[in-house]
Amino acid sequence: MIKNFIKNVGWPRIIIALFLLALFITAPFVGVNVFTSFNNTIVRFGMNGVMVLAMIPMVQAGCGLNFGLPLGIIAGLLGATLSIELNTEILEKLAQLGSQYKISWLTQEFLQTYREPLGFASALIIAIPIAAVLGWFYGKLLNRVKGDEMMIATYVGFSSVSFMCIAWLLLPYKHPTMVWGYAGRGLRTTVSVEGYWLHVLNDWLALDFQHEFTVNGKVIDVNLAIPTGMLIFFAVMACLVWLFMRTKTGTAMTAVGSNPEFARASGVNVDKMRTISVVMSTVLGAIGIIVYEQSFGFIQLYMGPFYMALPAVASILLGGASVNKATILNVVVGTFLFQGILTMTPTVFNSMFQTDMSEVIRLIVSNGMILYALTRKVRA
Amino acid sequence: MPDSINTPLLRLENIGKEYYGNRVLSEISFEINSGEIIGLVGENGAGKSTLLNILFGMPVINSTGGHEGNLYLDGKKVNFNSPNQALAAGIGMVHQEFSLIPGFTATENILLNREVLNGSLMSYVFSDRVSTLDRDAMRQRASAAISTLGVHISPDMLINEMPVGYKQFIEIAREIDRKNTRLLFLDEPTAVLTEQEAEILLIALKKLAKSGIAIVFISHRLSEVKELCDRILVLRDGKLITDESAENLTTRQIATLMVGRESLRKEEPVEIPENPVEEVNVDETLGVAPAGDDVETKMLKKKKKKKPALRVEHLWVDMPGETVRDVSFEVQKGEIFGIGGLAGHGKLGIPNGIMGLYPAGGKVKLFGKKLALNKPRAALNRKMAFVSEDRRGVGLLLDEPLDWNITFTAMQTQGRFLFGIPFIFQMRNELAMANETKKFIEALEIKCTGPKQKAGELSGGNQQKVCLAKAFVLRPDILLICEPTRGIDIGAKTLVLDTLKQYNKENGTTIIVTSSELEELRSVCDRVAIVDEGKIAGILPASRPAEEFGMLMMGEKMRAASAATE
Amino acid sequence: MIRKLFDIIAGHAVPAVFIIISAFAIPLSGFSASYLVQELLTRIGRNSFLILSLLIPIMAGMGLNFGMVLGAMAGQIGLIFICDWGIVGIPGMVLACLIGTPIAIVLGIFCGMILNRAKGREMVTSYILGFFINGVYQMTVLYLMGWIIPITNPALLLSRGYGVRNAVSLSGIRAVLDNLIPTVITNPEGAKQFLNINGAGSFILVQLPFFDGAIRLPLATFVIIGLFCLFIVWFRKTKLGQDMRAIGQNQSVADSAGIPVNRTRIIAIVISTVLACYGQIIYLQNMGTLNTYNSHDQAGMFSIAALLIGGASVSKASITNVFVGVILFHLMFIVAPMAGKNLIGEAQIGEYFRVFVSYGIIAIALVLHAWKRNREREAARRSLRGGEN
Repeated sequence: MIKNFIKNVGWPRIIIALFLLALFITAPFVGVNVFTSFNNTIVRFGMNGVMVLAMIPMVQAGCGLNFGLPLGIIAGLLGATLSIELNTEILEKLAQLGSQYKISWLTQEFLQTYREPLGFASALIIAIPIAAVLGWFYGKLLNRVKGDEMMIATYVGFSSVSFMCIAWLLLPYKHPTMVWGYAGRGLRTTVSVEGYWLHVLNDWLALDFQHEFTVNGKVIDVNLAIPTGMLIFFAVMACLVWLFMRTKTGTAMTAVGSNPEFARASGVNVDKMRTISVVMSTVLGAIGIIVYEQSFGFIQLYMGPFYMALPAVASILLGGASVNKATILNVVVGTFLFQGILTMTPTVFNSMFQTDMSEVIRLIVSNGMILYALTRKVRA
Repeated sequence: MPDSINTPLLRLENIGKEYYGNRVLSEISFEINSGEIIGLVGENGAGKSTLLNILFGMPVINSTGGHEGNLYLDGKKVNFNSPNQALAAGIGMVHQEFSLIPGFTATENILLNREVLNGSLMSYVFSDRVSTLDRDAMRQRASAAISTLGVHISPDMLINEMPVGYKQFIEIAREIDRKNTRLLFLDEPTAVLTEQEAEILLIALKKLAKSGIAIVFISHRLSEVKELCDRILVLRDGKLITDESAENLTTRQIATLMVGRESLRKEEPVEIPENPVEEVNVDETLGVAPAGDDVETKMLKKKKKKKPALRVEHLWVDMPGETVRDVSFEVQKGEIFGIGGLAGHGKLGIPNGIMGLYPAGGKVKLFGKKLALNKPRAALNRKMAFVSEDRRGVGLLLDEPLDWNITFTAMQTQGRFLFGIPFIFQMRNELAMANETKKFIEALEIKCTGPKQKAGELSGGNQQKVCLAKAFVLRPDILLICEPTRGIDIGAKTLVLDTLKQYNKENGTTIIVTSSELEELRSVCDRVAIVDEGKIAGILPASRPAEEFGMLMMGEKMRAASAATE
Repeated sequence: MIRKLFDIIAGHAVPAVFIIISAFAIPLSGFSASYLVQELLTRIGRNSFLILSLLIPIMAGMGLNFGMVLGAMAGQIGLIFICDWGIVGIPGMVLACLIGTPIAIVLGIFCGMILNRAKGREMVTSYILGFFINGVYQMTVLYLMGWIIPITNPALLLSRGYGVRNAVSLSGIRAVLDNLIPTVITNPEGAKQFLNINGAGSFILVQLPFFDGAIRLPLATFVIIGLFCLFIVWFRKTKLGQDMRAIGQNQSVADSAGIPVNRTRIIAIVISTVLACYGQIIYLQNMGTLNTYNSHDQAGMFSIAALLIGGASVSKASITNVFVGVILFHLMFIVAPMAGKNLIGEAQIGEYFRVFVSYGIIAIALVLHAWKRNREREAARRSLRGGEN
């Protein structure tokens, strides 16, 4: 019974879940506010969830872990920066359209009220086609290198990030909040989204709760701000992915990942399914980074996206996925555990030892998890 | 060894082997003497490879519970737990698949892991592995081994630049170079050789035997076996049927011994003519056959007047290990057509090629209309269904539940088990999938916990039933089945074969069965084609005696027989 | 025919492209020849050893050993200790090597065992393993050193009392190997000046007429590298080297011939890791400072990129590839920022360009390798057809 449970859940997950539990239990004793930590975990869960979700299509289609996530992130960054660069133009254009076609609700007032959500939407709308195109080429490439996808994905990610470093310098961005002040050109390393679409999801339907409890003479300050909108957005994305995996195409994709020969003998175009999965993964990566940025508040350019694939990969593996099978549940569990550890370790360790070991623990846990998945025996 | 004159080099005593309760070898006893050449023949599945595995100490034997009986080498009892022990004892083996390193020269391959080393101080400090290689000495040894075989191959030639025949010689040279090799097993060594090369090899083997090495020669080319060997052992159904001096057997007799079962026992007293090709009178044989068969043949003739369900012309298929070179045949509607032949001769390539799974060419017509090759989807759209011989590799999604396995192909090609708007948004209809699956679980008696069990968790026989169900769900006009009973137990075997027959009778579906087991084909099919070296050697009504099929399989020409079916 | 042409182009395209890039970038950068030669010689001495350490796993068919950073970390631990104990000069370097060796061996065995469990995806596994061990290394150096592992020199430790500082000065062994046999190349004119300033006797002076400027040659380092090349040449001729080549080409054949495959693969990784440890020590004695938490990070990436630029592939690499690669890669490294500045007025562009090239070249090499391998697999399948067809 217990043996079965361990076998089903897997040792690494149990150890890390217990570790996280221990952190939550010790937290109050070392003076850490559990509620705040929990709240942070939830926020970071929402920020990273979609990017972890981006792993599912490629894993399911047998393309392995998407170490090439930075490619999708780049598309997201292009969408985000362009939405700011073209913010006024877009709004003007919309107002024009409103008056031209007599759309009664599309008024200046409406545009001003929903300036931020519209900016966010425009970032998504710009990013998604870019991601789809990049993903299509990326998928074609991965089809030619079957068996070596993961290593090549890693370096495709790296080289596209470093290529974009050059592009960020040279692209003709003009917006004063984004380019270097002294040169008048070249994007800054971090661009604030404040005033554009900062926290549009976080603040939508946000649950704020503030109260001071007194337990045994101790004052416990409970200060919760649940980013409902972001969680809903994640849930919607997760639902869409779930629904897609149950469509005819999604079923074919899963079969391709499970046994490409079977799929081929059943009349499925294996390469096409793989390409679709890569496109989906890349698009989700682009959406994921924009969700991340609206919560984080900044667009991190240049080497920012460089190592972003690793936490996402580690999360889904931590959630119980293997190199060729992943579910929504894996994403939810894995992201929660991983982000939980990331939020809890610095605070708890800081209070206990007055030192921050979170970076080291992150390195060991995430890479240990990936190593574990890579060395697991898979059925040939 | 002074007393080796009297004691045989190797003696087998009651060797037997069971795999998971499936008996594959029983009570094999024979002796091999130094300098003797023994021919070992038998159909696929007769137990040859298991016997070799036991003699060579392959891990597969040990990991499945070892074997029965004893082995004596020079009169001493031995038991090999690994191939290395067998090698050390002087047993060499040339496998059917090449075991050569492509980027290495002939020399490097012949002396692989037996390189000549320069002594050095380092080798005392560490191990021999840090000594450098003595390339000159190695080259000399390699050329010596090659020239023993009577061929001229440069010892510096790279393997990947060699023609296939050369590679075979290098393999054998490697075994010869082993100083202590006293017993050499050759598994189908001439299969990849040209006629001249094969002749050179046979001469070389005779020379080797003269030098005192005992040779066990496994081949399906009976004329070669007869020419080369001193003694011939025939294996059938895991039993040693014959251990006879080669002089006392004709190739025809050998073939009969290999395949003959009941029919053989009936006809055993009859003197079998030396050269059957010209003398067999087809009509006579038909006359001997029971009346039922006669009626069937007449029915067949009636069917023939209609348009054939499947017409194959000059088909070639590039399937690794099962190349089809030039095959033409017709299958009538409602017929059960069998394709037999030895492994590696292309019988599996035919259905795989027709279904578009391997590169193929030629003409295939389905009910008079041309079928596009190399596109599995095209074949499936024309209402053909396929059950692959590679159940775990192609036939099943091992990690997915049964309902996926059974309904997937129908879902993808016929749009069934879906709801929603076609081409826009279609979802799996899990309920319909489960219901359909339940139906088949019941009908085919698939032992499982339900439609949601993973296919990988079922036994071989039940997996095969799932594969059949997958094909039936497609409601095919033509059903192609490869090796329907491979690796499944007897109970399941009967059920699978009965299901096929019943399905044929009830739905009038044309069925093409490909199998290595001749008896199975003869019991199920109306007609059976035998494939030899990528070509059809002959097509006979299933009612014909087994040895006629046997002769076709062994590559003996049988023009009269094939002419008779026309 | 077309396939052959493709192979030839694929085999030499990378170095050729780099020669072309350099041909444009060198004049753009405006550097003098003697400056370039001096920089190149320094970098060849600094990096060659690290790159050479990659050769043996490639021979054993394990691909590019991204796990070489493990060896680099072992070397750095050795260096931290000799700094703490204040042992300087050549003895310091030797001692650092002695400390690093057992650590590198243990890490190498660990790495080899992990890779044996991940056959077929050695590269991605060794790459992730590098990150994992980096975590363990940081834990050791940042938390355990000065706490459990005694570090006495307070100058090495962070102000909080434990953990090693970000930058450790290696002044004790700075350039000791490079300057062990001080050598200067110059023209007769320059030689005179040089002797006037430095006095005779302490330098080997190589006089080349028509040579502009003066160049210091790290002769001792070059001698070590030369010896190492000889080692590799010798190693290829040994039985162990032959076994590795066999395993690299076909594991199952090697296994059935009785070669201990897994053990040999571990040996290949151990040798590579130990050599990377020495390579990192040589690299850092030239640099003179140890960036405790970053130095090893890029050792692997830059070495691998250099080797690939030299025309090596994932399955085939030679000593020539190493030197062609180190020259071309670092030539680009030196001139790219300057060329970028002179061309577009932005030095940053050149910096990013060289990073892009490093990653891009690895990506292309990996793609070409996978592509070629899949095609070969197809060809091998075809050759199984047998017969006269």
